[in-house]
Amino acid sequence: MSHFTPKVVTGNDLLLGDVIYLTETDSWSRDLLLAQLITDPDQAARKLAYAETQTHKIVGPYLADMQAAPQGPMPMHFREGFRTRGPSNYRHGKQEGLL
Amino acid sequence: MYHYQPFDTQFVRNRVAIFSDQIARRIDGSLTEEEFRPLRLMNGLYLQLHAYMLRVAIPYGTLNGRQMRQLARISETYDKGYGHFTTRQNIQFNWPKLTDVGAILSDLADVEMHAIQTSGNCVRNVTADHFAGAALDEIADPRPIAELLRQWSTDHPEFQFLPRKFKIAVTGSPNDRAVTKAHDIGLRMVQNALGTPGFEVSVGGGLGRTPMIGQVVRDFLPTQDLLPYVEAVLSVYNRLGRRDNKYKARIKITLHETGAAELTRMIEARFIQIRPQFSGQDQQVLAAITKAFAPPLYKTADLSTYQATYQADGLFRSWVDTNVSAHKQAGYAIASISLKAQGQTPGDATAAQMRVIAEMAEQFGHDELRISHEQNVILPHVHQSDLYALHQNLSAAGLATANLGLISDIIACPGMDYCALATARSIPVAQNIALRFDALKLEHDIGPLKLKISGCINACGHHHVGHIGILGLDRAGVENYQITLGGDATETAAIGDRAGPGFSYDEIVPAIERLIMAYLALRIERSESFLKCYQRLGAAPFKEALYPKDRENHAA
Ligand code: SF4
Repeated sequence: MSHFTPKVVTGNDLLLGDVIYLTETDSWSRDLLLAQLITDPDQAARKLAYAETQTHKIVGPYLADMQAAPQGPMPMHFREGFRTRGPSNYRHGKQEGLL
Repeated sequence: MYHYQPFDTQFVRNRVAIFSDQIARRIDGSLTEEEFRPLRLMNGLYLQLHAYMLRVAIPYGTLNGRQMRQLARISETYDKGYGHFTTRQNIQFNWPKLTDVGAILSDLADVEMHAIQTSGNCVRNVTADHFAGAALDEIADPRPIAELLRQWSTDHPEFQFLPRKFKIAVTGSPNDRAVTKAHDIGLRMVQNALGTPGFEVSVGGGLGRTPMIGQVVRDFLPTQDLLPYVEAVLSVYNRLGRRDNKYKARIKITLHETGAAELTRMIEARFIQIRPQFSGQDQQVLAAITKAFAPPLYKTADLSTYQATYQADGLFRSWVDTNVSAHKQAGYAIASISLKAQGQTPGDATAAQMRVIAEMAEQFGHDELRISHEQNVILPHVHQSDLYALHQNLSAAGLATANLGLISDIIACPGMDYCALATARSIPVAQNIALRFDALKLEHDIGPLKLKISGCINACGHHHVGHIGILGLDRAGVENYQITLGGDATETAAIGDRAGPGFSYDEIVPAIERLIMAYLALRIERSESFLKCYQRLGAAPFKEALYPKDRENHAA
């Protein structure tokens, strides 16, 4: 089997615009650590297809590359990293209230 | 300033109602995202990296105190208590909820504002010289023309689905402060041999992936021909523009592929065809609009206190020398409020600051404000006798940074901190550069310098026309910053030259520092600006500073 980079299904919440992730139970979470890390291409395609039916919840679902870390999925690319936190000029978005 | 006529009010209210209904239908599932997306974009609503973003038009950058207060209130009620002013004289709210957008638009309509055509493939917010109506060098106020164009282009049935977005800028001064040469249509007021004002029309300017300086298609266009001529340009573009390829769809590519001579011929032919349809009603409308832009009732006052405080107070003097420009009315001045306090986000103002600005406009500025494409706020009409009190009030609100036109007065687009299209961040790069040169206490010594940063090739931060431009890219999954040198946004517009390989996020500030140190060593005298020095010497010594021999391997 060829190498497959693990993925999560992500997009933005329809009402808030906030970044959300698909969990194992097919619900949506604001927290990447609760996202399902998908390690199989067929499952990735199935999960994305499911997300695309959730148009009342999510806008623009796509698969984002992740790596497995002990605490959960970890972004491979800095863009996905920013999406887990929020902007760097103000403590707004997901990082709001943290620390 | 121009106030909405009953027609405008009705039009904007209707649009709010229509779009609110579309939002409701998206939420209840009657509209898919594919159906909703073009509708929300038409109304200025984007989905960004972390949230929705609402882009509100500030036509030709003109606002009054009441409008500024309303923006402050909106930012507190529905957003995070601040707004971001953009290079297109718009304001963006970065955190609205979809469910609040209808209410925001309704609140905007209360103060004669809207978000219509701030996105989409249509004629966007018409921008103008931010010193319009006040500048000493001005032939005439260009804003009546800008307002005429706004009215004509809003919901124009022929031009709602252009091949791509279309930007028009207009200036009434020979000194181009509106970057007209980087617009799809640039209108620069000129006078003919008889002294009658008209417009030099350039077409096909634009930054982005393929930066181009606009080419003049008409040396002198009489004002009464302006609307049919602009319509002719759009009409030709609408037919020729490449709809098959988004990257080739702007009129600059049409111009390039068709040739300036042939495109000019087609525009003139179309103009002759449609000119008779303009029976003069547009000129009646223009006359009425022009009245709305009558200059304020200027006052006279004693200047001795101003002169004394200017001599006595160093901070005030520095601010006046840097942020205050010549006004056409004796005794008056144009005061620029910097939204670039070193370390702050360029173009951001808090709700509290917006209120202070509104109050200052009402108290000292004939209730007029302008937003500049350089992301600052301008009080265009301040009597010199009021400058000291104005400065005191601004200081108290953290709005008296004396850095207009200096290295920390950086244009920076939102970049990857907000923008879904970004390839790298731009805001923190701007913050770090401003802080570094502030720490070195060098910025006044460096003198006039335009540093502009974009977070992707779309060039919203105008990096191509910065004396120093920085473009943030994604190189193999790492932020990388490319430097361009020698760009110029004025009437002598030029696209900067790429200096060489890019720098990492950690390397970019030191690289800019080396560049500036080289300039300070190379300039013949203090009055030789960075740009002049670069033009005299060419790129070589600056490249040497950016890529010193012993670092070569590192930089490549
Ligand atoms: S230049 Fe790119 S990153 Fe910056 S605002 Fe424009 S599209 Fe976004």
